[in-house]
Amino acid sequence: MEKRPIIEFKSFGFQYFSQAEPTLEDINLTIYEGEKILIVGPSGSGKSTLGNCINGLIPFAYKGEIKGSLEVAGVNTQQMNIFELSKKVGTVLQDSDGQFIGLTVGEDIAFALENDCVSLNDMKDKVAKVSAMVDMNHLLNASPFELSGGQKQRVSLAGIMVDDVEILLFDEPLANLDPVTGKKAIELIDEIQKETNKTVVIIEHRLEDVLHKRVDRVIVVNEGRIVADMTPDELISSDILTGYGIREPLYATALKYAGVKLQPDMKPGMLSSLLVDKVAHNLVNWNEKQLVEESIDTRPDILTCENLCFQYNKRRRILQNINFRIKEGEMVSIVGTNGAGKSTLAKLICGFLKEDEGKIYFQGEIFSDKTIKERSKLIGFVMQNPNQMISKSMIYDEIALGLRIRGVLEKEIEERVDKVLKICGLSPFKKWPISALSYGQKKRVTIASVLVLDPKIIILDEPTAGQDFHHYTEIMEFLKELNKKGVTILLITHDMHLMLEYTPHAIVLANGVKVGDSSAVDILTNEEIARQANLKITSLYEIAKMAGIYDATSFVSKFIQHDRKELAYEK
Amino acid sequence: MKSKLFDYVERDNLVFHLSGVTKLICFICLTFSVMFSYDIRVILSVMILSLIFFKVSGLEWKQIKLMVIYVIVFLLINFVLTFIFSPQYGVEIYGTKHEIYRFNSRYTITLEQLLYQITKLTKYASVVPLGLIFLLTTNPSELAASMNRIGLNYKAAYALSLTLRYFPDLIRNYQDISLAQQSRGLDLSKKEKLGVRIKNIMNICVPLIFSTLDRIELISNAMDLRGFGKHKKRTWYASKRLKRQDYIAILIAVFVLVGSICISVFINRSRFYNPFI
Repeated sequence: MEKRPIIEFKSFGFQYFSQAEPTLEDINLTIYEGEKILIVGPSGSGKSTLGNCINGLIPFAYKGEIKGSLEVAGVNTQQMNIFELSKKVGTVLQDSDGQFIGLTVGEDIAFALENDCVSLNDMKDKVAKVSAMVDMNHLLNASPFELSGGQKQRVSLAGIMVDDVEILLFDEPLANLDPVTGKKAIELIDEIQKETNKTVVIIEHRLEDVLHKRVDRVIVVNEGRIVADMTPDELISSDILTGYGIREPLYATALKYAGVKLQPDMKPGMLSSLLVDKVAHNLVNWNEKQLVEESIDTRPDILTCENLCFQYNKRRRILQNINFRIKEGEMVSIVGTNGAGKSTLAKLICGFLKEDEGKIYFQGEIFSDKTIKERSKLIGFVMQNPNQMISKSMIYDEIALGLRIRGVLEKEIEERVDKVLKICGLSPFKKWPISALSYGQKKRVTIASVLVLDPKIIILDEPTAGQDFHHYTEIMEFLKELNKKGVTILLITHDMHLMLEYTPHAIVLANGVKVGDSSAVDILTNEEIARQANLKITSLYEIAKMAGIYDATSFVSKFIQHDRKELAYEK
Repeated sequence: MKSKLFDYVERDNLVFHLSGVTKLICFICLTFSVMFSYDIRVILSVMILSLIFFKVSGLEWKQIKLMVIYVIVFLLINFVLTFIFSPQYGVEIYGTKHEIYRFNSRYTITLEQLLYQITKLTKYASVVPLGLIFLLTTNPSELAASMNRIGLNYKAAYALSLTLRYFPDLIRNYQDISLAQQSRGLDLSKKEKLGVRIKNIMNICVPLIFSTLDRIELISNAMDLRGFGKHKKRTWYASKRLKRQDYIAILIAVFVLVGSICISVFINRSRFYNPFI
């Protein structure tokens, strides 16, 4: 049977009125009914713009010039308004919290029905039916504050399925989810697609996580053009990804290190489909050749927490008996699910909150009676979203703010700001307004504005959330450089790649209790800890097991060690 | 946390089961009848009625403590100021003068003034429990539905409901930003001079505004994508169908309103009740 095209771009181009260059150029792409498509590309490649063209936000909410044509379900989108289009394309946006419109789950799911003037009885029936599909029917009266990130996303999905759309569009569905929730989300999308046979388009840069389940084709977008359109097997076998700053799956990297030339017929698109027999001997040989370098850490402790407890009220204990020590110059990740107590721990260390029991020591001295201001000389805190921190319009003023408040002389301020600008690679922008910077550069400004106060420890909340591989590498390499200069760095994160590659030491929290405190490799290969903290076992560990390597944990360490050398070599 | 002040907590009783529209209509009728009439007998009966409703609604004292204290302070100030600025207004209205105590020729306490001021006090005092009942027993999402049903444009009604929905978020966001800024040395405590403190608060407001604008863009996109504003009308998932008890409640409220107006028109022949003639 001939497949019916449902989305058809023909020599399509788009340019925002506010921009000098077109964001999309010469797009030719046909998506067929019932297909499952993944669109990948670095930030600013135009992949989100492509999505916005499909759902009608372009040109409805964002104005610009359109070239060529785009047909959805056989109708040119220029002849439809966003409301007609929203009956065909349902969109789940990246931020599942921000798009939660209703005050309860039921109300949010019913939102589209309300706008269509559906009667109350029909509405209740439909909501009950759809919410059962995403397994949220028992929580119809819950408010968004009571839901986890994964649950909110399920609600968003249900909210577009009430409309019986033909196309489901997911814009970075994994961005705000922890690894296990993300995995479940991918499984849910897969199930829904199989059940309803709808066309699914996923826009995401976390390739490996999406490829947990089958997709038909992967479209790679770069600088506004489509540079690849092929099956996952073909894509992973090619060198296209590394060229465009998209991270290939770790197991694929491991295979390359082991000297395997990947071929589409090895089915490397998904770890579960990979024909391991063909490559196992390469992995085993490589594993035997690598030596593990052991080193003993003799640095003194900089931060020690003893028996730390915190609770808002008697019923809900946020942190219970937390003990750990961090050495001077370490780079440590603090991981765990949402609500595990990571942020609370950071707030206790910064002095924003006061512990109920237990003690915090800084370089052996008791820290508990110091104020926020006193602690801020020693510990800097960088929030997740740079927009939450920036309060000046000029870069220089923003970085100088902390020093000015402290009454430092303007001459000394300039010296110190210059020095920090240089470290952060922002010197050329000294006199620029902040609005001219990209997200990643803004992030660096916020780090610079903390760094200028010369803290011994910097705590960063989700420094790489929502960043593509290129920006991720940029931010993390920068932090690594800082770390080499002697600054101790604590990262609150649920990015497992980050843990594995950059932080030798990881502390894991689950439900307010410390469940792991060890090397990142040990933690990401420990099934018990992973289960408690919603982490995923790394695919490196799994492929090693599949290849029959007995000590899979040491295989992972060897990979990381080798990977660091490769990275240093590339530089 | 301050955002707890108007928290809606579902309870199982008559007042909570009434539809939001009913409560809104009753609120408007009763408030109007009290505001229209200066007859203390009418006002006291509405007040008793509203206190009964309050009792039935099962609202707890701690939920309203703060509000009630504000209101009492306001009423007392109002009471005193009225006397200071127009000590003889009662005499003017009622046309007689029964002196009780004389300070001087201007400041004389009269029965008429006393009645006038007490009437006014009870007017305000009887509206407060009504307002509190309405606000605290109506599900915030039903609020928008009710306002739309009595004729308010649904976009305006929805804007109100979204404000309620995002208000706690805004407060949380403010707290986070303020902590991060404090860790850079911004002092918001009373140790700092007022001028500097205001400037420091500005430093928190700028990022707050920008991150809020981000959210607004996101939410308006999400709403567009799901067809908000497509038709002139919309239905409401949270609206409750009117039941017998709703009609009875509305009837009572309308009866009170009509009664209050009738008493003014036919019995008192003025908005004031005059026992002195």
